[in-house]
Amino acid sequence: MNPLLKSILSVEFGFAVFRVMTPLLFAAIGVSISNLAGTINISMEGTMLVAAFVGVIVSAFTKSLVLALLAGIAAGVAMGAILSYFHLRLKADIILAAIALNIFASGITVFLLFITTGEKGQSSSLKSLLFPEIHIPLIKSIPVLGTIISGHNVMTYGAFLAIILFYIITFKTPLGLRIRAVGQNPNAAESVGINVNRTRMWALMLSGFFGAFGGLYLSMGYVSWFARDFVAGRGWIAVAAATLGGYMPLGTFLASLLFGAVNALAIYFASLQIPSELIALIPYLATVIALTIYSARALKKRTRKVGEAKQVGKIKESI
Amino acid sequence: MEKFLLKYFTLIRVIIAIAIGIVISVFLIFLISREPGFSLRSFLLGPLLTRSRFAHVFETASPIIFCGLAIAVAFQAKQFNIGAEGSLYLGAAVATAFAVSTNMPAFIHIPLVLLVGGLTGAAWSFIPGILKAKWKASELVSSLMLNYVAYFLGLYLINFHFRDKEAGFLVSYQFPETAWLPRFIPDTRIHYGIILALVAAVLVYYFLYHTTTGYEIRSTGFNDRFARYGGINVFKVIILCQVILGFLAAIGGTTEIMGIHRRFVWQDSPGYGWSGIIVAIIGRNHPLLIIPASFFLSYMQVGGRVLNLMSDVPAEMITVIQSIIILLITAEAFLSQWKYRITLRQAEKGDAV
Repeated sequence: MNPLLKSILSVEFGFAVFRVMTPLLFAAIGVSISNLAGTINISMEGTMLVAAFVGVIVSAFTKSLVLALLAGIAAGVAMGAILSYFHLRLKADIILAAIALNIFASGITVFLLFITTGEKGQSSSLKSLLFPEIHIPLIKSIPVLGTIISGHNVMTYGAFLAIILFYIITFKTPLGLRIRAVGQNPNAAESVGINVNRTRMWALMLSGFFGAFGGLYLSMGYVSWFARDFVAGRGWIAVAAATLGGYMPLGTFLASLLFGAVNALAIYFASLQIPSELIALIPYLATVIALTIYSARALKKRTRKVGEAKQVGKIKESI
Repeated sequence: MEKFLLKYFTLIRVIIAIAIGIVISVFLIFLISREPGFSLRSFLLGPLLTRSRFAHVFETASPIIFCGLAIAVAFQAKQFNIGAEGSLYLGAAVATAFAVSTNMPAFIHIPLVLLVGGLTGAAWSFIPGILKAKWKASELVSSLMLNYVAYFLGLYLINFHFRDKEAGFLVSYQFPETAWLPRFIPDTRIHYGIILALVAAVLVYYFLYHTTTGYEIRSTGFNDRFARYGGINVFKVIILCQVILGFLAAIGGTTEIMGIHRRFVWQDSPGYGWSGIIVAIIGRNHPLLIIPASFFLSYMQVGGRVLNLMSDVPAEMITVIQSIIILLITAEAFLSQWKYRITLRQAEKGDAV
């Protein structure tokens, strides 16, 4: 059998897909929930970067995983809060403000890394803690599936919980109802007494909350260090994944899984005799292609609906 | 006085935002530097102290002006294409490939290399344009993803096909002298790129504010539905402004390679595309305002490099300050209370008369 095909069909590949998917899924949930409120948060790249950095620093200095987790989450939520303050209170365009925040994150993390360690590239002198891996007792011993599902970082299982949490928040809580109402029609929502700005602020802070986990996983699970701009576009891939998933829990999960698979595939392509530069661009190219196919299909669906509506209108007129 | 404030309110707001940014950086320097006085001097006056540093300000400003103009054209049409960086990188890489493998007289070689770079950037930027116009795929996400693709493609092209193995660094072959953009101030590397950048700014200004197509671009940005009802071909505008973006950004990168390095030296993307976004925001997408904004940013970046070199404060402080400045400038309501109060007072005065 073709060696590439063989490795794709291996259990290691299945394992890698979940591993690579984890940060994308967290961030994509963050994007989705903010977009449901009508205020899309595209500062996920920066949010993950800041949370990843704070996680490494706090875990290295306090030697406490719990404190690192809490500090990372706080940093992510703070990023969401800053974005909401600038967008909702100071009326900044949310896209421009988020771009500014991404630049901010890129600068402040390296700045603080230098202040704390004297290094600028990588935090190799800091001993970062790792989130533990979990071997699920019974499932572990199932032949193929067990090796794929068990033994992951606790954050990977956390990502699955996050999807459920996202579903519950959105569809089973008053806040979720308000978020969706505000996203669909802010004026109508306001007319029934919903505080539009406050709801959006919650949505943006929640998106920072979810994004923080993605960042924490990157620096304290995926690897055990922080490096300059090492989120490497995952925050943007997450925006694409959220779009593809229609900003809904199941869709977001499936889209993240797809991008996880493409990213894992790129890792496996490295075994072929292809220059590493050309392999490195695959995930990004795949994201553009997937986004385009999705957008084209969504557009077609919309125009068909409009067409049908016009047809119905004509029939009614003729009657 | 108050009338003056009202008239130039936007400009004053920008200046206040910049002042806040500088105050924060002074504060940061005092916080972390062991010799704050010296560091502060390096940062604020560093670029003025030697001839070569002062020249750096002009050298760095030139690609930033190009990228700022590029971004401004797209942002005026409300196309959030942030792909200047990718177009610049790939454009410069392909221009390098062309420059080192051809030989002709300078008067034709220089414009051809520029054109190859520019057209590569334009073609690259056409992709997010057509994806947006035809299928409504977000140009924001696709242009950013394509930045990475362009970076790796350019790197592959240089490292695998045009790498000078005798150079000792990962760089391309040196350009033949016929493809060198001349420098015109002795003992500096200031090259004709800066002149081209200034000319481009005037041309883009004329294009946006004095031609029909420019009007169509601005109308689309103002309200695309209204523009469509008004008979403007929005499809064309969306693609066109992004093609122009790619063209200008790539020219910026190509002039830098031709004028300063004379070979492709970027193993990392140089970041001018991002500076372009910053100056477009500071200059409020106005082509002529982008010139002072670029010089300001370039001065700050050179100051940051001096700071990095001479003191214990890292250059990334500048990145932080830049982001704070553009955050404040994009914040429409920042200082609006102040404006409101002045307007009110003015109105009351008017009533009294």
